Amino acid sequence: MTFIGNNAASNSHESLRNPYLPFPMRVERTFVETSDRMLKSFDLAFVDKVDEAAFRFRPGQFCEVSLFGKGEAPLGIASSPTEKPLLKFTVNRAGVVTRALHHLEEGDEVGIRGPLGNSYPVDRFQGKNVVIIGGGFAFTTLRSLVVFMLDHENRKKFKEITVIYGARAPGLLLYKEELAQWEKREDVNLYVTVDKGDEGWNGREGFVPTVVEEVGPSSENAYAVICGPPIMIKFTFPKLADLAFPRERIYTALERRMKCGMGKCGRCNIGPLYVCKDGPVFSYAQLEELPKDY
Amino acid sequence: MKKLPKEKVKPFVEKLLQDYEVLGPMETAGFASFGRIMSPGELKLNYQNSKKTPKEAFFPQWEVMFRYRSTGQSVEVKSAEDTGRRRILFGIRPCDIRAALLLDLVFDSLDFKDPYYINKRKGTIVVGLGCNHPASTCFCTSVNGGPFSREGADFFMTDLGDGYLVEVLSQKGRKLLRGFDGKEASEEDKERAKAIADSATRGISSVIEADGLMEKLEKLTEAPFWDFLHEKCLGCGICTYLCPTCHCFDMADEAFDLKGQRVRCWDSCLFPLFTLETSGHNPRPTGRERIRQRIMHKFNYFFYTHKAIACVGCGRCIIHCPVNLDIRRVIDDIHRE
Ligand SMILES: Cc1cc2nc3c(=O)[nH]c(=O)nc-3n(C[C@H](O)[C@H](O)[C@H](O)COP(=O)(O)OP(=O)(O)OC[C@H]3O[C@@H](n4cnc5c(N)ncnc54)[C@H](O)[C@@H]3O)c2cc1C
Ligand code: SF4
Ligand code: SF4
Ligand code: FES
Repeated sequence: MTFIGNNAASNSHESLRNPYLPFPMRVERTFVETSDRMLKSFDLAFVDKVDEAAFRFRPGQFCEVSLFGKGEAPLGIASSPTEKPLLKFTVNRAGVVTRALHHLEEGDEVGIRGPLGNSYPVDRFQGKNVVIIGGGFAFTTLRSLVVFMLDHENRKKFKEITVIYGARAPGLLLYKEELAQWEKREDVNLYVTVDKGDEGWNGREGFVPTVVEEVGPSSENAYAVICGPPIMIKFTFPKLADLAFPRERIYTALERRMKCGMGKCGRCNIGPLYVCKDGPVFSYAQLEELPKDY
Repeated sequence: MKKLPKEKVKPFVEKLLQDYEVLGPMETAGFASFGRIMSPGELKLNYQNSKKTPKEAFFPQWEVMFRYRSTGQSVEVKSAEDTGRRRILFGIRPCDIRAALLLDLVFDSLDFKDPYYINKRKGTIVVGLGCNHPASTCFCTSVNGGPFSREGADFFMTDLGDGYLVEVLSQKGRKLLRGFDGKEASEEDKERAKAIADSATRGISSVIEADGLMEKLEKLTEAPFWDFLHEKCLGCGICTYLCPTCHCFDMADEAFDLKGQRVRCWDSCLFPLFTLETSGHNPRPTGRERIRQRIMHKFNYFFYTHKAIACVGCGRCIIHCPVNLDIRRVIDDIHRE
């Protein structure tokens, strides 16, 4: 993509960086994640070195991904900053933009704005045990978080890492390659579960909340991160409470309909906080203070 | 302070028109609204308050953000920001100026700068006009404003009957004096202006109780109060479209073959689609949550973030609501809860 009057290029008088202008990224690889073909991952490469250098992100942040003529969709960054220069997004085919994204082929270009939003509080997790609980395709930014913490430079900063991840069926699990790698590692406790297995499945069966109860991770010196469908969160949260995790130490990432991604278009707020810029990551202690507007 | 006799207004504006794009109150379809004027005769300075707000000068109801053109596999993107336009917003009311100051907090915030808004705003000189005869629905004095508040104006005018008392309030405003053919205001003019302002301020008959409102609302988020309030509301959204401080917008792509544009247009928290997600989930599924959002945003959330109420008391939502949902009464009821 050639960008005329673009941020990097323009030297005009007091040129403000225009945060609404997408910059180009090229599709390097596409990968169908799930057997129902509803989830597809895209590894994107920066087209412009200037954009690449300016792009610094943390696990939990998202981007607005543009397909010109279709619009934008906010998508969590599924890759870790340690995996730069590629950015990974995993897209559920849901509506206009996400459907069109599924038609992208290697070599095509998309527009990107970001990184947007806050992130998982990885600094706060240092020296702590971290329990990561994910369900369904909400695992995207959790992948970023796990890969980040397991990076050889970073791993020593965290104590025990436990990952509990569930999907409805084996074919619906994301990131099977990474799961297999983590399975082999000594320094992460991985529990993968499916609601119902099939012939090829010899792993765990059961719902995420039940597995959390069985695994029973200690809340001592520990933080928990939980992302998944509302029904999973609803039943998992009490299990964490039973394990004596205080609300301040349980984090989640929220989704709301978004447009600007910068707290201006006014649609994604919960009380005085905008999910796009004050979130999407919140602790349950924070959410408790807010109106139940989600 | 200077005085501009009424017969000198025409040449003054003519001079301004040579150097600037002038936006001012004019009559369209039987009501006052702000538009670009081409000759002084189009100005209608004795308006009470415009129906549509002059915020459109900075935040148009519809605007192009960028244009794109596909060339094979890549796309060329060209921003449509305004740059270098020199404009005057002539004869804007103090409440609407205050509204622009509040919008600045949103669009010109420290974290993200909105260049579409900021470029228009920075390139505009604001000429305020005091309100000699506030409407019965005006309650600016309850929300840190006033019919003669100079806050945010670069240049301010008071109608003395036979002429305007003119005050320069900023460097930007000073530039306008170049085409000025008036004289120094006399002591008597100044006194008359003060008397007019005092009487107008005393003449504001509407009040809302702003003190304690933020705290009161804090406790009311889940109260049954909202169940009743929304029953009357049609969800038409006119209150938000006419409000000078509402800033919600939508963004969409318009494609024509291989080229197209991304546009933004006003949107309203009172519409169900505003928050509807692709999954079908809507975090604000009924009028209850939506009207609560409107009231809470103006009087609690905005205050929490910016230490100011996001209502300037212009009264437009009171005048134009088809079912007379009166924000003054809503505030009274909140205090009574
Ligand atoms: C912070 C965040 C991270 C997300 N991460 C991912 C991810 O990693 N993978 C993924 O598949 N999906 C993710 N989503 C959801 C994804 O953004 C929506 O599914 C997508 O915007 C739907 O757009 P569409 O054009 O395909 O659907 P349509 O229904 O055709 O879209 C219509 C409009 O609704 C808006 N919209 C609808 N639903 C949502 C929603 N849930 N969130 C935001 N905007 C919505 C879109 O912006 C669009 O303008 C995320 C959402 C948020 C807020
Ligand atoms: S809420 Fe009503 S009175 Fe207040 S600024 Fe908006 S339109 Fe004017
Ligand atoms: S103008 Fe009145 S009826 Fe229409 S949305 Fe506003 S409060 Fe409801
Ligand atoms: S997406 Fe616009 S305010 Fe959050």
